[in-house]
Amino acid sequence: MFLDILNGISKYAVPFVLLSIPVYGHFKKVKVYEAFTDGAKEGFTTAVRIIPYLVAMLVGIGIFRASGAMDILTKILSPVTNLLGIPGEVLPMAFMRPLSGGGAQGILSDLLTTYGPDSMIGHIASVMMGSTETTFYVVAVYFGAIAIKNTRHAIPAGLLADLAGFITAVFVCKVFFW
Amino acid sequence: MINIIWLLLVVVGIVVGVINGNIEQVTEAAINSANTGVELSLGMIGIMALWLGIMKIAEESGLIQLLARGLKPITVKLFPEVPPDHPAMGAMILNIAANILGLGNAATPLGLKAMDELQKLNDQKDTATNAMCTFLAINTSSVTLIPSGTMAILVAVGATAGQVTGIIGPSIIATTASTVVAIVTSKLLQNVGPFKIKTDKVKNID
Repeated sequence: MFLDILNGISKYAVPFVLLSIPVYGHFKKVKVYEAFTDGAKEGFTTAVRIIPYLVAMLVGIGIFRASGAMDILTKILSPVTNLLGIPGEVLPMAFMRPLSGGGAQGILSDLLTTYGPDSMIGHIASVMMGSTETTFYVVAVYFGAIAIKNTRHAIPAGLLADLAGFITAVFVCKVFFW
Repeated sequence: MINIIWLLLVVVGIVVGVINGNIEQVTEAAINSANTGVELSLGMIGIMALWLGIMKIAEESGLIQLLARGLKPITVKLFPEVPPDHPAMGAMILNIAANILGLGNAATPLGLKAMDELQKLNDQKDTATNAMCTFLAINTSSVTLIPSGTMAILVAVGATAGQVTGIIGPSIIATTASTVVAIVTSKLLQNVGPFKIKTDKVKNID
């Protein structure tokens, strides 16, 4: 029931916005077509502007992923996480999630096929995937678009938030799927 | 910060790649990733144009300002440096709303629009403002109600309907925790030594 409502909202949100904004604009005497094209013009420049930042970030992450450095990181940290009751199998997920959405998806599919969607590992990995974003991608694209060089505390704050999401995911899953 | 992280990714990646005998895959990954970056950016042009166009109508009709005024009690606390009626507020609200509804496609153009507007309020164009960092932290923590991407993967590996929908509740709890931490840490860190805005106009030698 709750899910049906949520799915309904998701399904109708875009058509609703596409309908209501131009209609509202028309009643407010906005020349809707001209305003639309005027705004849309920026689409191209914005997309092109982020290319160098996205290329730089994806190349760095791509090199790191392909080298197998992730496995080493997991091995070093697994004694610590075992102590906290976090299954070592989900660690690569925790490291990959902020770096690469596609990479994290790959790890999730892999964990789900190996351990099954009903395993604790499967649950934890799914919730980790669903509850955080690809931090480095967002930082590269959002700051890249306006040429910010000094990102200050954005990355530490984003990563700490990811960490909080992961730890919560582990404990919530242990409560929910006991 | 971003300089060190990027350097570490490249240096550690290549050194470990050599040790592991993976260097060919590393080379391939570097080249492919560069292409992916361009494809992703160019692939965004259409959707970006669509949402920026709609956004412009909303702006000219006063809808954005209306929305910004309605949510003022919350937004002034989150982004005290941004004037409550500034277009940046409206764009940030729309971006967060799109994220909550799981409309990732719409969220990015709206988020970039918000960054553009925030940049207009920035005195030091190459340095992030407090509002930008808070906004980004909220974005990276994800505030979605329906993790549709993850649910699609669960379906693809043959999970039952109950298993697929079962992750929604825990995901909402986990994402709420990460968003709260995002807001709190961004507020706490903004005045901490290395992250503080340097107010002197002398060019910072990095």
